[in-house]
Amino acid sequence: MRGNAEVHDLVAPGSLSAVLELLASEPGKWTPIAGGTELMVAFSAGRLNAPKLVSLWGIPDLSFIRSHSQNIIIGGATTFLELRKNAAIAAELPLLAKAASWIGSVANQTRATLAGNLVNGSPAADSSPALLAYDAEIEMTSVRGSRRIPYSEFHTGYKRNVLAPDELLSAIHIPRRFARHKQYLRKVGTRRAMAIAKVALGATARLEQGTIREIRLGAASLAPFPVRLKQTEAALLGQAVSRDTMLAALRALLAEVKPIDDIRSTAEYRRRVAANLLEEFLLDLAREESQT
Amino acid sequence: MSTRWPAIHFTVNGERRTINVPPMKRLLDVLREDLHLTGAKEGCGEGECGSCSVRMNGELVNSCLVPVLQAEGASIQTVEGLALNGTLHPLQEAFLACGGAQCGICTPGMLMAASQLLERTPHPGLPEIREALAGNLCRCTGFMRIFESVVAAAAEKPHEPSEEAHHAR
Repeated sequence: MRGNAEVHDLVAPGSLSAVLELLASEPGKWTPIAGGTELMVAFSAGRLNAPKLVSLWGIPDLSFIRSHSQNIIIGGATTFLELRKNAAIAAELPLLAKAASWIGSVANQTRATLAGNLVNGSPAADSSPALLAYDAEIEMTSVRGSRRIPYSEFHTGYKRNVLAPDELLSAIHIPRRFARHKQYLRKVGTRRAMAIAKVALGATARLEQGTIREIRLGAASLAPFPVRLKQTEAALLGQAVSRDTMLAALRALLAEVKPIDDIRSTAEYRRRVAANLLEEFLLDLAREESQT
Repeated sequence: MSTRWPAIHFTVNGERRTINVPPMKRLLDVLREDLHLTGAKEGCGEGECGSCSVRMNGELVNSCLVPVLQAEGASIQTVEGLALNGTLHPLQEAFLACGGAQCGICTPGMLMAASQLLERTPHPGLPEIREALAGNLCRCTGFMRIFESVVAAAAEKPHEPSEEAHHAR
């Protein structure tokens, strides 16, 4: 069944304020579309349930990367190509630059946007582990104003999130305090290009005299939505990077993750690989500690 | 029927065009059905195979994933716009010389992806060529001859002859 363009309305008001007015005028009736790399796939297959769409493509207020004193703020409709080309992202947020390079191919990175990746809500979203490891915040905007929440509280279930029907995910705020943290990001997929993650893990940690003083672990494809592994973090926080700590953390991780069998992998494989990725990161951390 | 839809204006291969089609119509279908430019092909229809690749304002896009309204005001280049006044683009010459095309379905997309690469990186190494073409799938001739074609085109660009590309052959 092919999509029929005649049954969908699509408008491009051209400014953020006009888009917000439209969303507020009929809450829940309009579906925002940015680069279309998710929604147009559904459209082509004839399964796009969105009679009215509003374009976010080319709206300057949604497409920017700005460095402030505390944060780097990224407009929601910033593409992964723009993220990859940005010097501040490359220098300060290498995990996000790496995640951007994982998105599909060049032609997908040209069009796919950061907010689109998050709002789509895939458990395997490429940008999520990095954003969770960096303690990112989500800014949501409507005609009623703006609010910010930790990204770790954005997803509420499989393909569900906290956005109200009249709200847009307008920007992502990332704190600029991770320069001296140990950083890690790895995705395991079927092949290097165009593959969706079987498992991905992002991590940042700060050691102080051999003790883990800060740690954040962000995981993809280990739960119905991208998650912080807070119980695993708790097993590591305040501990020395020792063999015992590592074993306790791996036990915590295996108890915490809830992977499933699906077309891309099995729950068992995902559990094993997740444990291997965490071990790889902790061994990196231990190696760094032994060198200082 | 044409007046049911608002006019959309853009430039295709340097020519200004105005069309009246549903705004959600895919750029790929507009190019093929309304403008009769059948170079871009539909392979997967989901952004995986790259056979519908065209350039939009210089950037490579999968035209099957672009609602035509988002091309308003854009400059589009398709494979039909690669040859200049009847002279093939160096990439087209190289694909012919190196056997970079077999059935031809992927070729227009390969050419557009490679043309973008060579404009940004005139003398790419193999890793850059692989990354640039990673979203373009070929199911018959194999990727080596396609990569060789891109290397050859980079070497034969009339302006900057490349030592590296010659060595890579």
